[in-house]
Amino acid sequence: MLEIMEGSHAVAKSVGLCRPGVIAAYPITPQTHIVEALADMVADCSIDAEYITVESEFSALSACLGASAAGSRVYSATTSQGLALMFEVCFNCAGMRFPVVMSIVNRAMGAPLSIWNDQQDSISLRDSGWLQLYAEDNQEAADLHYIAYRVAEDHRVLLPAFVCFDGFILSHTYEPVDMLTRKQAESYLPPFKPYHRLDAADPISFGLFAAPDYYMEFRYAIDQAMKQARSIIPEAGTEFSEMFGRDYSGLTEAYRIDDADCAIVAMGSICGTVKDAIDEMRNAGKKVGLLKLRAFRPFPEKEVQKALAGVSTVAVLDKNISLGSKGAVALEIRDALYGSQITVLDYIIALGGRDVRKKDIATVVASAEAGVGDLFYGLREEVLK
Amino acid sequence: MALGLGCTARPGKSRENKTGSWRVFRPEFIADKCTKCRMCMIVCPEGCIGEDAEGLPVPDYDYCKGCGLCAEECPSEAIEMKKEEK
Repeated sequence: MLEIMEGSHAVAKSVGLCRPGVIAAYPITPQTHIVEALADMVADCSIDAEYITVESEFSALSACLGASAAGSRVYSATTSQGLALMFEVCFNCAGMRFPVVMSIVNRAMGAPLSIWNDQQDSISLRDSGWLQLYAEDNQEAADLHYIAYRVAEDHRVLLPAFVCFDGFILSHTYEPVDMLTRKQAESYLPPFKPYHRLDAADPISFGLFAAPDYYMEFRYAIDQAMKQARSIIPEAGTEFSEMFGRDYSGLTEAYRIDDADCAIVAMGSICGTVKDAIDEMRNAGKKVGLLKLRAFRPFPEKEVQKALAGVSTVAVLDKNISLGSKGAVALEIRDALYGSQITVLDYIIALGGRDVRKKDIATVVASAEAGVGDLFYGLREEVLK
Repeated sequence: MALGLGCTARPGKSRENKTGSWRVFRPEFIADKCTKCRMCMIVCPEGCIGEDAEGLPVPDYDYCKGCGLCAEECPSEAIEMKKEEK
């Protein structure tokens, strides 16, 4: 049933329907409304979860790690500096193969302090071994949580997962969202079956010491699980599509790209603006399309190669910057297209919540067609002097 | 060490967990040079050097961590530390 609700509440409701046994989170803007709503659900017994209040994000994810080790489905949510404080525990969750699911309400990293949106926070955890899924709208943000749990807990994967969606632009915006019923959620997402768990009757230690002659093999195993997830995510997405009619069958989603000369590559809420801008440019006779990345980790290399095979220019919109290099998405796209004749240009855009409009997308496309790129888009002129 | 998923292990004392897997250098005993003084058996922190019927030292490689004390202290230089091939 369609309901008009705030993005945060749509996510909170979906998480509730995923039936986590333990929730631990520390409030931080713009994530607060999610965990506030979940705390309400726990307090009024509408979900059967333990809510652990903690003194920091480090403790929040540590509590989740422990609860996951004990065999519980767990949930947390954070953003920006909160995620930075979880940095160490993030690597531990992945290394010990605990399928924690965490919402990242994307926000810029300080300093300078900014509560507004870009994707620097989750991108900075790129190499931590967490799956990273990005939502374009509130419906997708809500739905991706079911898929994230399905994939993360799959014994062929067993890795933690971020569900990323843009702070304020989605989290604080009201949109119609079709919520699953409890019965539907239960039929799609069965109870968590831990691969192994802490049990006093059958003791086991996790994440032990690996000497130089064994450490690499554990990293290899995580990388293999990530690669395995490249087929498990579409598998779980396809099943979701068949059951509920919303299509998440791909690691990527293409929009009007089949005959395009220029393709835009982007992730998250900006894709909605890009689609509208593409419609306008198409009406004006420009052959432009969009390739939206739904999964950033694992990176959908083959899907990218296939989708972009026919274009001559790619304009990548990066809401992040690997300082001293380029945007993280552009680097991946260039790598995927290495050896082809396709020009890939990077546009660092919308950092710290700067607004992006349809006319900006048109300007980016015009720049890409003129071969001008690898730049910060829309900078104030005084810094260029 | 078994490659348990997520680097896991079942608990156990040294009877289950063979500490010899930590070894990087392996002491090799040269019988021709050995005077059977038993210094190696005395200094071994693991107490894992025994002797055979002739009184020659016999290390238990399941527990020798390769610390090299025996080779360092051997008065007749009858023990050589060799890089472990795993």
